[in-house]
Amino acid sequence: MVEGNRIPAPAGLHCPNCGGNIELRGFAHTKSAVCLQCCSIIDPSTPQLTILQQFDEKMRVRPVMPLGSRGKWDGTLWEIIGFQQRTIYADGLAYSWHEYLLFNPYRGFRYFTLYNGHWNDVQTVHGLPTFTTSGGKKAVTYNGATCKHFQHAEAETTFVMGEFPWAVRVGERNTVDDYVAAPLMLSSEQSEGEINWSQGTYVDGKAIWQAFQLQGAPPQVTGVYANQPSPYAGKVRSSWNTFLVLSIAWAALLAFFVFTAGDKQVFQKSFRYAEATPGEHSFVTEPFDIPGKGNVEVLIRTDLENNWAYFNLALLREDGAKGYDFGREVSYYSGRDSDGSWSEGGKRESVILPAVDAGRYYLRIEPDMDPQASAKAASGMTMNYQVEVRRDVPRSLLFWLVLPLLIIPPIWTSIVAAAFEGKRWAESDYAPTASEDSDE
Amino acid sequence: MRRSSDCPGCGAPVQFTWSSAVQTSCPFCKAVIVRKDVDLEKVGEVADLPPDASPIQIGSSGTFDNKNFTVIGRIRYEWAQGAWNEWHLMFSDSSSGWLSDAQAEYAVSFLYSAPEAYPPAGDLPRGRVFQISGAQFMVTHLTQVKYVGFQGELPFTTSDRSHFMTADLRTTDARFGTIDYSEEPPVLFLGRFIDFESLKMQGLREYEGW
Repeated sequence: MVEGNRIPAPAGLHCPNCGGNIELRGFAHTKSAVCLQCCSIIDPSTPQLTILQQFDEKMRVRPVMPLGSRGKWDGTLWEIIGFQQRTIYADGLAYSWHEYLLFNPYRGFRYFTLYNGHWNDVQTVHGLPTFTTSGGKKAVTYNGATCKHFQHAEAETTFVMGEFPWAVRVGERNTVDDYVAAPLMLSSEQSEGEINWSQGTYVDGKAIWQAFQLQGAPPQVTGVYANQPSPYAGKVRSSWNTFLVLSIAWAALLAFFVFTAGDKQVFQKSFRYAEATPGEHSFVTEPFDIPGKGNVEVLIRTDLENNWAYFNLALLREDGAKGYDFGREVSYYSGRDSDGSWSEGGKRESVILPAVDAGRYYLRIEPDMDPQASAKAASGMTMNYQVEVRRDVPRSLLFWLVLPLLIIPPIWTSIVAAAFEGKRWAESDYAPTASEDSDE
Repeated sequence: MRRSSDCPGCGAPVQFTWSSAVQTSCPFCKAVIVRKDVDLEKVGEVADLPPDASPIQIGSSGTFDNKNFTVIGRIRYEWAQGAWNEWHLMFSDSSSGWLSDAQAEYAVSFLYSAPEAYPPAGDLPRGRVFQISGAQFMVTHLTQVKYVGFQGELPFTTSDRSHFMTADLRTTDARFGTIDYSEEPPVLFLGRFIDFESLKMQGLREYEGW
């Protein structure tokens, strides 16, 4: 048979020091209760209400979650029964955070920690994390997660309020090591040679505010916290994947156009330029048909060697309705020096005219060479050249123009993601500047 | 399998819920009764346990590894930083185990007959690793334990207990072991930490306001 008893709500007590009322919420678990009026820590489990400590009331800190707040969190109803501020000192500066003690009589204890608006939901770890290394850093593995060492510090309790299931003391110091793998943080606390582990999970203050129906808004978030999940986590990889997919799609699209391009020769003829005296060398070709739709490429191939020529060209419709004027310089120089053979420029040039209407066309060609430039050329001021006109040629230039545009988003994402991690680790023992400071 | 007998102190009928129980107390005269073969012997009087906040009580029932259990006894211990309960469980197959409740952190364990002889508590450094039943158990805590009192039926007598050492062993996967130096040679309990919900316990105490 079940005894079926019901545990009465804990009666409050009167502070043995100042007589003030102390509310109790933790049933017989409570090993320390704080009198807020006179800043005394009392052991309510002793009949004479032993005063464990009296601390300086100048240290008072106001909790952002009031004691007695209740909320359903992770499927269980919890009540805030204790609050402490803990502080570490680094480079002469004090960094303080809040710890809220949550209690449920069936489920025990749990913590919320708060630093610069960043919250963690912390529970005791029962298994034994194993020490390892990750990326050259000290790390621990637990439950399949590898957390990198973030910070080693001496944490001092600097203010307490409410109740605790242990004998709490202001001024008590513990050695704390934090290991992170966002959103997780494994923390070890050492006191008297014993290590106790806890695991925190980064949580949004808004979720806590909603669960505990607290007034106003949670404290403003500043900076990046040790185990804060990166908003770019996974986005770097996916942005590169997107880049890869788009590039392949773009290349496939272009390949389609290349394979389906007509690329038809509509005109080709060879000419020779030979003129000892400067003058008008303009002439026109016989007419030819440019059928269908698309671009037109005009190719000039020369046999220039250490020489230079300029071509004034015009593609003109026979009916005079349309004409395209353009010019191209062709120059090719080569030789051999102490570094070996070299060459500069090219013997051929090409012009692409986008979207030329179908019709009957002819070319006007006006080649020009320079006597001074040709003076050193073996063949002098002469050249053989060929002009070819092609309809609907495939172009890969567009691919190379678009590629840099496609690569911008993944590069940008990678940069901001790295910057976020930089801010995270800037707060750790491994910050580049911080380690230099400590070496001094 | 209930067994009834008369209290050697006051003659009132004393019932054993569990056939293998060695110690119980008389609900009428509070005599501590130890069973020796078929006889019952009064070895002292039970002291009232201090109030505690455990939701578990004698008669509570639950399930562990698909076996139903009933809570038939309890030992209360203290250490430097608090107190805890070892609830004695009788399983549906008559085996017995322990459900420890330390500030509402729960673990179930069983006596493990190991071939190994354990070094004395004083020679056992933290960090020492034992290979037990295929896993590595590391000594993490050495605890000076004070026996406070008992309730209900136990598989052994506590009449010779006052202070003793335990060594707590942990694994990477939330199993644990306790080397209990209250006996000579020391005995080993192996078990694991569990979520309270998973025990699906019934007949629990209730809390005003919750």
